[in-house]
Amino acid sequence: MKLTELTEQLNSVEEFEREPIPPKAIKKWTSFFGLYAGEHTAGTEFVIGPLFVAHGVSTGDLLGGLLVGNILAVLSWALLCAPIAVRERITLYYKLEKICGPTLTKTYNVVNGLMFCFLAGSMIAVSATAVGIPFDLPLPKLTDFYPNSATWVIIVLVIGLVTTLVAMLGYNLISYVANLAAPWMFLVFVAAALAVLPELGVHSLGDFWDVANTKIWTGTPLEGQSKFTFWHVMFFSWFCNMAMHIGMADMSILRYADSWKAGLGSVSGMFLGHYIAWTASGILYSIFLLNATDKLAFAPGPVAYYAAGVAGIVCVIVAGWTTANPTIYRAGLALQSLSPQWKTWKVTLIVGLITTIAALFPALVMKLLDFVALYGLLLMPMGAVIFADVYLLPKLNLKVEKAEKEKLAVNWAAGLTWILTLVFCLALNLLVGIEIFFLGLPGWFVATGLYVGLSKVLK
Amino acid sequence: MKLLWYLLGGLGLGLTIIPAIMVFNGSLSSSENKNYMTIGMIIWFLAATKLIKR
Repeated sequence: MKLTELTEQLNSVEEFEREPIPPKAIKKWTSFFGLYAGEHTAGTEFVIGPLFVAHGVSTGDLLGGLLVGNILAVLSWALLCAPIAVRERITLYYKLEKICGPTLTKTYNVVNGLMFCFLAGSMIAVSATAVGIPFDLPLPKLTDFYPNSATWVIIVLVIGLVTTLVAMLGYNLISYVANLAAPWMFLVFVAAALAVLPELGVHSLGDFWDVANTKIWTGTPLEGQSKFTFWHVMFFSWFCNMAMHIGMADMSILRYADSWKAGLGSVSGMFLGHYIAWTASGILYSIFLLNATDKLAFAPGPVAYYAAGVAGIVCVIVAGWTTANPTIYRAGLALQSLSPQWKTWKVTLIVGLITTIAALFPALVMKLLDFVALYGLLLMPMGAVIFADVYLLPKLNLKVEKAEKEKLAVNWAAGLTWILTLVFCLALNLLVGIEIFFLGLPGWFVATGLYVGLSKVLK
Repeated sequence: MKLLWYLLGGLGLGLTIIPAIMVFNGSLSSSENKNYMTIGMIIWFLAATKLIKR
């Protein structure tokens, strides 16, 4: 009964999936500030800030890298994604179908859906570290790959099951809880960090720089962790949402904007979430490290509990849950595109099971930086294809939206661009030793050039 | 009535951040701060459900 009501409710929502946004649905560009602020202050922030500390970034490199990287991310939204979104006013998926053909778009959706599953899995694992506090859960370590105890497995399975059930039946509820929690969650990050600063030896703003260099971002990585520099931080903060801006996934949101300036709304998410929250969670982790007997233990739950008590635990659970839940729902929708007649709840159930199994492996959290970089990199070539199809192909008298015009299942210029770009990036990584964080930039230029070249050759 | 919920919402957020500033200044203990943060959380969620429409 509940499912029927929900299905009817979802059916009644007009999302303009296969038509341009009508003028009445367009929103002022300023209304995007709140949306981005909420989206980018989430469960992942409890992991990314501490991982920078674990990777031994220095204070200057962190603060400088975050400043430059986040500005570049905002510009990518404002100058690349938003202009195409407001010009086309259709979803990324519909645009991809026109350019690449339905079969290639479905492949994209499967890759996207699986990436969503792993992202949601890491957030379930983050929540588990908070839920496990009363049960004396043995803390997972930075070097752990497999589950380290039966308690971990049971807690993850329970959280995964609950999250999946809510994603199946109550997506609207969790999205509502996320809206309620957003301003409070941001303040918990800031308050928790402020409250532990005196323990680190910061009693006035003047003390901060010295303490930060000696006790927080010391420049020395933890055992077994690679060393991060300014460039790692800059490229990571620029490309951690690469799928959204350069990869064009946010076309689906920004198509509602009255102007390309809506892309500038991302400044709120980048600087409240990816600057202040990452910095704050790094501070929290450093006090945890100072007190920890095992320096490799890594668990956002106990870190937040130490600094903010019960509010900290609730914050980690809510942050993890409200990130995992819509992500499972989105993954379900992406995979459902393979066969629209599949029932949404059944697809969501399968996605939830994949997510829960993934969450059992702590490596997903410990390697979140690499995973997020990989996620953006895998989807980036299709953003470059859209960019070239919109701006470059018309100037070269090449056919735009070829798959739609020629009724192709696969536009091989786009398909080969995707494959060859990833092969190029893999070769740079394996043969030249360039780390994953730096592959997006050369990859984008290669993808753009390949698509233009292949469109000409396969004309 | 709505004004009351706004005031309570502000109180909830205030109890989340202001005691932490006082810990930083040395005028409040860490354990007191955690209690205030918990009370602030409860007040915020109560008020926010009235202020933010579904």
